[in-house]
Amino acid sequence: MTTKVENQKGWLFVLPVVILVAFNAVIPLMTVVNYSVQETFGDNVFFFEGVKWFEQVLNSERFHAALGRQLFFTFTILLIEIPLGVIIALTMPRKGPWVSVCLVLMALPLLIPWNVVGAMWNIFALPDIGLLGKTLNAMGIDYNFTRQPVSAWMTLIAMDVWHWTSLVVLLAYAGLSSIPDAYYQAAKIDGASSWAVFRHIQLPKMKRVLTIAVLLRFMDSFNIYTEPFVLTGGGPGNSTTLLSIDLVKTALGQFDLGPAAAMSIIYFLIILLLSWVFYTVMTRGEEN
Amino acid sequence: MARITLDNLRHSYLRAPKSRDDYALKQLNVAWEDGGAYALLGPSGCGKTTLLNIISGLLRPSEGRVWFDDDDVTDLPPDARHIAQVFQFPVVYDTMTVFDNLAFPLRNRGVNETVVKSRVQEIAEMTDLTAMLHQRASGLTADGKQKISLGRGLVREDVNVIMFDEPLTVIDPHLKWQLRSKLKELHHRIQTTMIYVTHDQTEALTFADQVVVMHDGEVVQIGTPVELFERPKHTFVGHFIGSPGMNVLPASVANGAIHFAGIPVDVDNPVDLTAGQTAEIGVRPEFVRFSDDGIAVEINKISDAGRYRVVSASADGHRINLLIGEDQDIPAAGARVAFDATQTRLYADGWLAGEGAGQ
Repeated sequence: MTTKVENQKGWLFVLPVVILVAFNAVIPLMTVVNYSVQETFGDNVFFFEGVKWFEQVLNSERFHAALGRQLFFTFTILLIEIPLGVIIALTMPRKGPWVSVCLVLMALPLLIPWNVVGAMWNIFALPDIGLLGKTLNAMGIDYNFTRQPVSAWMTLIAMDVWHWTSLVVLLAYAGLSSIPDAYYQAAKIDGASSWAVFRHIQLPKMKRVLTIAVLLRFMDSFNIYTEPFVLTGGGPGNSTTLLSIDLVKTALGQFDLGPAAAMSIIYFLIILLLSWVFYTVMTRGEEN
Repeated sequence: MARITLDNLRHSYLRAPKSRDDYALKQLNVAWEDGGAYALLGPSGCGKTTLLNIISGLLRPSEGRVWFDDDDVTDLPPDARHIAQVFQFPVVYDTMTVFDNLAFPLRNRGVNETVVKSRVQEIAEMTDLTAMLHQRASGLTADGKQKISLGRGLVREDVNVIMFDEPLTVIDPHLKWQLRSKLKELHHRIQTTMIYVTHDQTEALTFADQVVVMHDGEVVQIGTPVELFERPKHTFVGHFIGSPGMNVLPASVANGAIHFAGIPVDVDNPVDLTAGQTAEIGVRPEFVRFSDDGIAVEINKISDAGRYRVVSASADGHRINLLIGEDQDIPAAGARVAFDATQTRLYADGWLAGEGAGQ
């Protein structure tokens, strides 16, 4: 007779990480859930309110507008950064001394703290003293990102593209470097055009890393806070108030803890849902 | 279909090669007859792949010309040379079906779709891929993928030569034999020149009519498997082909008499060497036998290989291998060996004496 002796000591090994995750994610999230169904007028006195805040947030025009801006921002930067990143990765040298130069240059924007990026672009784009702002105005273009919503949006998108395209480049480049020479040689012999090489060799081999790139860029840009906060503070008016900025305004500006908590949960669920959609669509048709 | 001539070919991967050692290929003159089955055999790093890439046009030689019949193709790109190449690791276009993979080279050349269809069917039937035509290529096993690579080469009717760069490396042992017979069968059927690169002598000797042996950037011998076995032109060939390889022993030559360890040895090609040349004698283990008089040896090891035994002996500090049939006795002590004079040869500086270097 054989008895299966289960060794329970394994749990001890995962315990530290369970505690860590509990403190850093699960408990805060539960606090948020707790707030989202209660009303408080201070003094640590809470009243149960059910789904009232959720209904309020979902029906609020302010939330709809912020969500609209957020979706516009995220899809715009994805549409620019993913193709641009792939194009840059394709033009980067595959071997030789320039490889490391390119990689370092590409990594630089990623190494800069986010608030510094915001501050840099803020100064860079100022119409009176900034290099970009002043040059544009000198060229006769009426540009002032602190007053004009369109200018603010252009600057915001340019800043994100500058900051994050590198990540896509590095991931795409890693995907490209994993393609053995034999594929290119076979394609040459088969008489494939460079478009066919891209379509049938490079793109399929990059697919996995591009899936990761799209997911990372989607989640990060949907969560973006620091850079637009430093650059425009959500203005002019509310024109660049993205979801996270709106959330902070609600929670810390107005101290509306209940609605802010409900908004956080809705925000989280939207990211989860859209990430799932992206992942499912992009990995569709992959066997095994 | 074409005869391929390599004319004074040299290649170096360095921009400014100085010494002979800087060349990956050193002075090559080889003609590949139309319709032949060739194997290019040599150890890793001897220049086989370099040579293959020069023929296919993936690499431009530093010096020399490549001719397909009377056309100088040295400067032509691979797709203009009408060649096919099967690589060490299977190359398939993952996102396409097997059918689309096979059709790819034709579609790239703008071939009419009805022609594509009939041609792909024909090739699929030849390579046993018919049942899988509408599957995704990425789902096939390694040998299936190699068949697709091969099929993409065969599908064009104007192919001058099909080259195989160690194509069985990733194939399971029990399928290697199958795929090799398939290649042989296909060669008989389509009569296209095939060049098969390998470092495995069994693969080379079973596949090819002519084996080209390379060593250190040079072609040391071109011959049928039998010629390579019976009359190696270079000690390297003798050593590389055969299991165990040829015994190569230092010799001294004086007044037409050849000595090993102070004992005179009869050889098939007694020639006087010029001063300064290193003399060696080569004799295959198959042609060494125990005898009553001869060279005294010490027996070190006997390995049983089934129908015969490999006896590893030594004389004067040099190892001599013998193949002994299972019915023959191995002397217990005081063993002496003799060489079959018709199969014992003198080598000068590694090359068969009296024939000199080159082919």
